[in-house]
Amino acid sequence: MDSGSLALQYLLSGITKGSIYAVVAIGFNLIYSATGVLNFAQGEFVMLGGMIAVSLVQLGLPLSLAVAGAVGAVCAVGCLLELSFFRRLRHHSVLHMIIITIGLSIVIQEVALHVWDEKVRSLPYFSGSEVSSIKLLGAAISPQVLWVLGSVAAVVLLLHVFLRHTLKGRAMRACAANPEAAMLAGINIPNMRTLAFALSAALGGLAGCVISPITLTHYEMGAPLAIKGFAAAILGGLGNPMAAVLGGLLVGVLEAFAVSLLPAAYNDVAAFAVLLLALFLRPHGLLGRPGGEAVREH
Amino acid sequence: MKISRMLLVGSVSALLTALPQASMAAPAETVKIGAIFSVTGPASFLGAPEEKTVRMLADQINARGGVNGRRIQVIIKDSGGSPEKAVSFAKQLIEEDKVLAIIGPSTSGETMQIKALCEENQMILVSCAAAESIVNPVAKYVFKTPQKDSQAVTWIYRTMKAQGITKIAVLTGNDGFGAAGKKQLEDLAKTEGIEIVANEVYDKAATDLTDILTKVKGTPGVQAVVNWSIVPAQSIVAKNMRQIGLNVPLFQSHGFGNLKYVQQAGAAAEGTLFPAGRLLVVDELPDTHPQKQLLATYKKDYETLYKEDVSTFGGHAYDAFMIVIEALRRAEKPDRAAVRDAIENLKGFVGTAGIFNFSPTDHTGLDLDAFEMLTVKGGRFVLYKK
Repeated sequence: MDSGSLALQYLLSGITKGSIYAVVAIGFNLIYSATGVLNFAQGEFVMLGGMIAVSLVQLGLPLSLAVAGAVGAVCAVGCLLELSFFRRLRHHSVLHMIIITIGLSIVIQEVALHVWDEKVRSLPYFSGSEVSSIKLLGAAISPQVLWVLGSVAAVVLLLHVFLRHTLKGRAMRACAANPEAAMLAGINIPNMRTLAFALSAALGGLAGCVISPITLTHYEMGAPLAIKGFAAAILGGLGNPMAAVLGGLLVGVLEAFAVSLLPAAYNDVAAFAVLLLALFLRPHGLLGRPGGEAVREH
Repeated sequence: MKISRMLLVGSVSALLTALPQASMAAPAETVKIGAIFSVTGPASFLGAPEEKTVRMLADQINARGGVNGRRIQVIIKDSGGSPEKAVSFAKQLIEEDKVLAIIGPSTSGETMQIKALCEENQMILVSCAAAESIVNPVAKYVFKTPQKDSQAVTWIYRTMKAQGITKIAVLTGNDGFGAAGKKQLEDLAKTEGIEIVANEVYDKAATDLTDILTKVKGTPGVQAVVNWSIVPAQSIVAKNMRQIGLNVPLFQSHGFGNLKYVQQAGAAAEGTLFPAGRLLVVDELPDTHPQKQLLATYKKDYETLYKEDVSTFGGHAYDAFMIVIEALRRAEKPDRAAVRDAIENLKGFVGTAGIFNFSPTDHTGLDLDAFEMLTVKGGRFVLYKK
């Protein structure tokens, strides 16, 4: 295997990982923009998406319906969390709410452990099987990787259109930019916050479905993803969903290439070292605006 | 005055020492056996079948009238795979429950944390974890039932040599099991004439290993991959290898002995080679094999009761529990020192992992024959034939 195709293989591996981190990071961003809360239960949405889809497939539903059902169910969970916790606790400090999200993530994990069990499960491959691989300029990838990349790209595109070109999306951005002004303009801020939770839960749920055949799904998979996704969100710049994509891909690709140079045990070190360095040089992230947080933590 | 006080102290202490004995010989005649398993948490695939197995066995024994007329009460603690919890549960079982013996813990890391504690308190510990260091150096009260890592490595290396493989890549998880396996793989490579050309450790929570396998693919001369872990990554390695087109044989540790991993890896698991006890291939054993009947019964009972496939891990708890029960039967009284001596003198005891021959210097009691080389064919485990 020559070095060119080897590099491509690393790059593809990095992009696969990175796109998963990116979806989690987008989820962080949506909720952060609308509410100022960093939702550390974001990884649990991914886990729930995979778990529910696997169960629906076992009930005999076709794959596409199972995925749609899982996304819907996780979306409902997201709404429910917002309505039952964050809406009521709005008068607490942002720090309190962040700690509540950590608590919720533990609760969701435990519930998943009891509803399902400790076993590892996975969805069938959307196309092909465990052994099929697609050759690409000397590198080889699983067809499922294309599903992951394709759905992430589609989601990012749709989200972009939604936030930029629809009234609802603009209203949501207005909430993020200046809640008081948005309220005066007649935007229902609490509903926008629920929508933000719904969207980021649905995103997480979808990610959980498309990555399940590759990474497998089990009740503890959420927390590590949340940490990586958080790093990606910070690296890209909090408050900007598109920056999250950049951040996620960067973290993933860095990890992959770190493996080529260092023992694999150090790949987290490499990724987080770059994150720290980036934060020293640009505390607001690569694409974030300085002082952006001040507006939201009113 | 002095004499009366001495008398008082004497009688109180006599009473105190007499009390536990009195409660032990209570009319209920119950013998308590403690167990620490990681029923939940990252090592739950070990602990969950272990817990189920021990509950099933205890019920079976009590239904048959117990051991020498004594009922067996099992106290199971879920450590969640955490060594800290294992330590506090061990203390609880020793000091509060005053059990006869402790079965478990499920993982090597937990076992090593409580090895000294049990030895100090003269508490019998029969671990279900594999690491060599549990029984080497030998602690008087500590035993274990899984085969040794070094025996598994020896089997893997000898199978490789038979296939003409000399250059390999070694991948290990960053947990206790992975670290212990890495050491054995490195130590035995030279004596068995194997060269490790790539050696990588991955995070035990890893969900994608294509980058590490890309590195292996880019390393010239790799003829086979050995993966040593007890985590879902075992299935991920198999899948990722096929997906990036790394088509060399994959060897796994005896931690692969759970059909679940094969199902997770699907077609990618086909041809995976690993050493394991005979429980997984019981149907292929001749009827004359000494383990045949025991294995078939355990498999049938477990699968009927719990509606899930039997695994070698549950088998380790089977062996640990039955060894204590057999020793208790031979010792005739629930006296810890006598039961310990009885375990150490067990010879030719048929278990799920093999035939145990304990001695004062060998607290595992299994030799190389306890393993077979297995492979995956048509989604099932079968004996590997050259």
